[in-house]
Amino acid sequence: MSLSEGTRPRHVPDRLTSRSQRVLRSWEALLIGVAVLIFIANTQASPYFLNPWNLSDATFNFTEKAMIGFAMALLIISGEIDLSVAGIIALASTAMGYALQFGIGTPGLVAIGLGVGLLCGAFNGVLVTRLGLPSIVVTIGTMSLFRGIAYIVLGDEAYNGYPSSFAYFGQGYVFWVISFELVVFLILALIYGILLHATNFGRRIYVIGNNPTAAVFSGVRVQRIKMTLFLLTGLMSGVAAICLTSRLGSTRPSIAYAWELEIVTMVVLGGVSILGGSGSILGVVIAALVMGMVTFGLGLLNVPGIVMSIFIGALLIGVIALPRLIALLRARRA
Amino acid sequence: MIAKFLKSREAILLAAVIALILLVETRFAGFAAPSNLAGVFNDTSILIILALGQMAVILTKCIDLSLASNLALTGMVVAMINATAPGVPVIALIALAIGMGVVMGMFNGILVWKLDIPPIVVTLGTLTIYRGVIFLISDGAWINAHEMSGGFKAFPRAEFLGLPVLSWIALLIVGLFVVLIGRTGLGRAFYAVGGNPHAAVYTGISVGFTRFMAFTIAGGLAGLCGYLWVSRYAVAYVDVAGGFELDVVAACVIGGISIAGGIGTVGGAVLGALFLGVIKNALPVAGISPFWQLAISGAAIIIAVAFNARGERSKGRVILKSAEHAQ
Repeated sequence: MSLSEGTRPRHVPDRLTSRSQRVLRSWEALLIGVAVLIFIANTQASPYFLNPWNLSDATFNFTEKAMIGFAMALLIISGEIDLSVAGIIALASTAMGYALQFGIGTPGLVAIGLGVGLLCGAFNGVLVTRLGLPSIVVTIGTMSLFRGIAYIVLGDEAYNGYPSSFAYFGQGYVFWVISFELVVFLILALIYGILLHATNFGRRIYVIGNNPTAAVFSGVRVQRIKMTLFLLTGLMSGVAAICLTSRLGSTRPSIAYAWELEIVTMVVLGGVSILGGSGSILGVVIAALVMGMVTFGLGLLNVPGIVMSIFIGALLIGVIALPRLIALLRARRA
Repeated sequence: MIAKFLKSREAILLAAVIALILLVETRFAGFAAPSNLAGVFNDTSILIILALGQMAVILTKCIDLSLASNLALTGMVVAMINATAPGVPVIALIALAIGMGVVMGMFNGILVWKLDIPPIVVTLGTLTIYRGVIFLISDGAWINAHEMSGGFKAFPRAEFLGLPVLSWIALLIVGLFVVLIGRTGLGRAFYAVGGNPHAAVYTGISVGFTRFMAFTIAGGLAGLCGYLWVSRYAVAYVDVAGGFELDVVAACVIGGISIAGGIGTVGGAVLGALFLGVIKNALPVAGISPFWQLAISGAAIIIAVAFNARGERSKGRVILKSAEHAQ
């Protein structure tokens, strides 16, 4: 309690905060600040950072992960989680490589990649929505199961020799330095942004995340929406599997290993509450840029990947802890 | 008492483990021999110890994904100390390992307790941080068997009353946990906090502190396992026990510990770990490619959690069927 409070006339605003204040204090604003700082730090640290082709290469650090991140954001907002996404990538990529042995062309490979993604998503969805199992455990299980099947099929072998037309998804450029993956990323960001923020479906996802019981009583078909979200996450993992396989040009069972943690980090860093009920696609987009820039900037400085993961981990805890720490200190001083 | 035990989850799990052992025995005579089973137990010791630590955390409605990274980091530190100063006694290194593990566990616990950050976020972060620090201190180099002193490697293998010290340590921790969980206020508080955090507050239990203690205990055990792992396998490198955190969670889930908190027993965690340990040891002798192991443990988790969910469903009268499903 500050001393001046009693002496001043009591001021009760009719609106708690103004719109501009809300925007300024929002998570997205904080993230943009972080992004700008990292951008400036990168330009200072390395003269090679501001090269358009380098920047274009840098986008590959996050495009595939962010594709899954969008669907994961919806899933986490609804109060569920899918830790099997990297396992789905491994299985979908293995299925595509397997089909390749029978001479199946690019359209067939794409269909198989998407189909396996959907099937895996459906498997998770049925276990969670029909059997009522907690998604975190189910998807820890399916994460091992999906990648395990990839290991059974491939062992220590690898599939190579994807057709050259297949290479476009991961290596093609639509225009100048704008890669195909970047375009897919932007289009998906737009689609998911509209889906979450401008449709009934999106509103219902928030309702479910905030109070699943109230959602049922309000006539929201909770299980059906959750099932749809698991299918979407599976499908996005299929899309990412196609892009990644095409970019690498080969499939090993260890493909996209531990990506699930990076994707969840990206989503949480983007301001999506891990407890469900709040978050935005814009936040995820900015978080993807932040993580991509950190990885790329440190890469230019020859920092090894594992040390970058320290930064990512510290970023995850730091960005969430800092506002809470400030609030805690403020409360203690008052 | 016996009738109650026969109906319990642990009894079913025990039957499953025995059935599994007998199944392997039919394909490979000698698997069920006591000496071989002792070997399987010894192999599973580290998983048992970690599963007990994880159990304490999960009981309080939290999860610790950083245990394997904690293990790897402490393992690397004690291995590096041993390689540069072989004169430091093993017992001091064990104390250091436990101490380091405790500090890392406390770090997780403080963030969960004081800043109220969801445990999965905290430990996801520390999982990558602890693992990255190993690279920073070791520069990616390996500490190999010839760099470690004889005493350092010999301790977990030393035979005592027919069992290696490693097995005895696991048995000791199991015993300590039986007392901690069943006979102390803290142990009961784990259940209270996980079963109903709000009610726990009203009975005078600090939810945050109880969780902090669970993380601290789990961290200390992970630190101990860091030394045990590195000395037993006589090698330390950045990726030691990579992905092992999920095996630990799997052991708990298979052992019937509810991820929603408040439900689980020491016996369940031990049997869950043994179940995975038997599979891991059975695959090579049964002539199945080790590449099957990941898929099998994944399938085991899914089956176990589906099985557990049936037992955990509350017996209350369901008024609105679909509302119950929404939970």
